[in-house]
This record gives sequence, structure tokens and C-alpha cells, in this order.
Amino acid sequence: MTQNQANNTTQQARMEPAASGATKTVKSVSIELIDVHKTYETSEGTDVHALEGVNVEIPAGQFVSIVGPSGCGKSTLLMMMSGLIPLTSGAIRLDGEPVSRPHPRMGVVFQRDLLLDWRRILDNVLLPIEIKRWGRASYVDKAKGLLAQVGLAGYESRYPDELSGGMRQRAAICRALVQSPGLLMMDEPFGALDALTREQMNTDLQRLWVTLSNTVVFITHSIDEAVFLSDRVLVMSARPGRIQLDLEIKLPRPRTATVRSDPAFIAYVERIRSYFESAGILTKD
Amino acid sequence: MRSRSDRAVNEEVRERQRRKRYRTIAENLAPFVITAFILIAWQVLVPWARISRLILPTPSEILTTMYLKRALLISDTGVTILEVLYGFVSAVVIGIPLALGIFYSPMFGKSIYPILVALQTVPKVALAPILVMWFGFGILPKIAISFLIAVFPIVIATVVGLMSLERDMVYLVRSMGANELQTFIKIRLPAALPSIFGGLKVAIGLSIVGAVIGEYIAAEGGLGYRQLTANLQFDSALNFAALMVIAGCGMITFAAVETIERLVVRRR
Repeated sequence: MTQNQANNTTQQARMEPAASGATKTVKSVSIELIDVHKTYETSEGTDVHALEGVNVEIPAGQFVSIVGPSGCGKSTLLMMMSGLIPLTSGAIRLDGEPVSRPHPRMGVVFQRDLLLDWRRILDNVLLPIEIKRWGRASYVDKAKGLLAQVGLAGYESRYPDELSGGMRQRAAICRALVQSPGLLMMDEPFGALDALTREQMNTDLQRLWVTLSNTVVFITHSIDEAVFLSDRVLVMSARPGRIQLDLEIKLPRPRTATVRSDPAFIAYVERIRSYFESAGILTKD
Repeated sequence: MRSRSDRAVNEEVRERQRRKRYRTIAENLAPFVITAFILIAWQVLVPWARISRLILPTPSEILTTMYLKRALLISDTGVTILEVLYGFVSAVVIGIPLALGIFYSPMFGKSIYPILVALQTVPKVALAPILVMWFGFGILPKIAISFLIAVFPIVIATVVGLMSLERDMVYLVRSMGANELQTFIKIRLPAALPSIFGGLKVAIGLSIVGAVIGEYIAAEGGLGYRQLTANLQFDSALNFAALMVIAGCGMITFAAVETIERLVVRRR
């Protein structure tokens, strides 16, 4: 009990901007989406409207989840914000600059961990540093520290195929965080994990993020996950995707697993659920 | 009480380790045992069935011939191995860049593929007389046949390997700011290596086949040439001795490629 309280106070302390020096002074990135459209051409030559007129403003340091049914274009949206695929029309600005290529201070976590099986865990985590040519040696300690923070101390020189799915995804998160990103993109990062591991990952990510306070865009199918993790939840309609609900989550941080039984938490979940019910994506009974 | 059960557990672990060790020894010994068994059966059955030595000499005769004509066989081996190495290395040096071209330029791939397939379909023996006509009786036509027969599996395996990288992997390194060259070096090439080595292992055997076929057509030395002259002189023992050496060359070169593979590719 006392240990728990001590834990809470240190986390509280880290929430203060001055205390975020533990992870260097990371400048969080703000995001602006202005009337974003995305149209795909199928192999038969017909057009598919994936996204239609998405307008969002995400201030720096916010944890935003995007929830929506399969195929609503939420992953497409994330890929466009990441500068990995072009948009059809509209504009995306990161810190006021239009996106033309991947932001240099961005980490991305995909649904699959995408660890390279010929590299040891530590070398996998250091991959972005190598690619950016920032000098591997000066980031080894940081990488080890991150691995320790997610419970992977001692696994640095293991190969990915020696780790479980949850452990692999933790390593993938470390890989995204090793460069102290101002912007963290997560595309259904826990979608491939079993329910128990997923809940634990939610708790761990939430705790980790409190110490980082960078901007996060988190794509998920899970209403519960979105509410638990986020400062703000954006709910999307089925294709063509539009933002239908923009909900601020005012639950105090750090959040623990017990927050799920909090009436406020349940009210948020119900609110999002009722949208999906009214849109016919979920049925009432 | 507790120490006794600990001892029992230890005993069990030791027993398991012992069994594992035996299995490893047995696995390593098995090929030698099988080979010895075949040789002994061969040695015994040939005189027993009254098979003419012209048709099938015994292993002891073959080994004796190998020993007596060792100088000849060693120089022949030198010739053949040289042809094989030149053929194989040129197949690698030309095949892998060709595969890169096919992979990175769909236009180039589409135009070169039919030619490659046509080349692969033509029996290399059918090309041999033409190559002899072009390059004479020396080492060159053998290298050419060896190259032609070995290059196809290398190209195919390399293209397949390069294509094996998933799209998400490319997105991942792009998100880190990787350019085309970094994408190739950091992920595409390492991901392709297992497939490339699969192709190399097929190719090294085929390049020996190519060199020996070349020697059958026209040559002044080499193990295939030795077989041909032994055949004309009804020297079956020498014929078989040369055959054995060819097989030995195949095993050694294959093992060499496998060793390089082990050094380069991490085993799963």
C-alpha cells in the first residue's frame, strides 16, 4: 500500500513539465488536419472514398485515440499523418509545417511488432538510431533503460523469436521511443495480443506515457482501450470516414486498472457505444 | 526428504542429457555407417553375382585406382574445380545484379524474364557444341556452360528473396527516415539472404554438372574428360574413380556454401 502511494507520488512528480528531463527535453508536436480527403483507385479503376473531410486540431502533448469500425480509414489517416502515404486533398500540418515526409521526431508502432528476426532485441531497439545516424553508442544506455522500464531487462541479447507476443510488442514500443519522439503514432498496437496481455499493456503504456508526455495518436477498435488511455477520443464513421464524435476524457492520471469501474469511465464508454449503436455499427441486443 | 527428491530430479536431468548426447552422436555417425554398409555390400555382391569388372568394379578396385592414378586425378580435379569456380562465381556476380535489376525495374524485369526462361528451357548440352565452336577446346566453353546452368536458380531465388519483404517493414524503416539504399541494406537484403543461399546451394551443384558436361563434349583435361577417355579405354575403375572425385567435389563445394551461409545468416 505504502509502496503504491510512493509510486503514485513519483509519477505525479513526473507529470510536472520540469521533471520531464528524465527523458531529455522532448518538444511535443502539434497536429492539424484540414479538410483531409483520401480516395483510392481500385484495381478495376473505380474510386473508393476512404476519408471525406476530416478536420481535427491536436495540441502538442495530447494523447488522442481514434476509434472506428474496420475499414473506416483510421489507419489510412495515421499513415498520412506519418508522411508514409500521400493525401488526395486537404492539408496535414505538424507544428504548422505541411507533411511531406516522415517527421524526424516521430516513432511509429504497428499492429505487428515488425521486429527483425536476425537482430537481437537491443539491436532492434537501436534500429532508428542507426538509420538516422545519430551515433549508436550514445543510445545504448537509453535503449537498455527503456527495455528495463517495460520489464525486458535481461532480454537485450535475445532474438525476437525467443520472446512472447506481448514481450515483442513491448520491444517494438521501445524501438519507437528510443529517439525520444515528440510524436508517437500507434496503429492498433495491441490488436494482435490476447485480452489479458492487452489489458496489462494498456496499464503499462499509460504509466510509461505519463513520464513522456509526447503527442500520441492511437488507433484502436476497442472503446475501452481508447477511453482508458486517452485525453481525447475521436470517433469515426464507417467509410467514407469522418470524425463523428470528439470526446474529451477528463479522468485523472495516472490511471490504474480500477478506473474501469469508475462511473465517469463507464459513462464515456457508454457515450461512444451509443454512437456506434445509433450508426448501426453495434446492435443494442 | 527434500534433498532426496532433489537428487532424483538431478538424476533425471542427467539421464535426459545423456540420452540427448547419445542421440547427437548417433545422428553424426549415421551417414558414415550407411556409407560403410553400402560399400561393404557392393564389395561383397559384385564377385558373388559375377558381375563383370568392366560393368561394375568393386570399391577396393576403385580406391586402388584412385591411389595409383592420384597425380592424374589431382590435375584433372584442378581443371574441373577451376571451371566450376569461374562458372559459379560469374553466375553469382552476374545473377544477383540481374535479379536486382528485375526487382527494382519492372520494365527491365518484364523484358528480360522471357529470355531467361527460354534460356533455362534449352538443354545446356544442346548449347555445348555451339560454345565449343565459339570458344574452342579450352576452359572457356566449360565455364560458359557452368555459368548458364547455375545463373537461373540464383536469379530466381534472389528475386523471390527480395520480394519476400513485407510492405509494413518498408513503412517501418521509412517512418524512421530511411532512404532506398538504407532500406536495402538494413532490411531488404538481410530478409532475402535465406532465399539467396537456397539458390546458391542449388547453383553450386549445377555448376559442377555444367563443367562436366562441357568436358564430355570436348576437352583436354578435367574429371569429365578423364571419364570419357577411361570409357574409350574400357578402364571402368578409372571411370568410377573420376565419378567418385566429382561427387567429392560436389560435397565439398556444397559444404563451403553452407559454411558461408551459417556465418552470414542466423539460424532460426
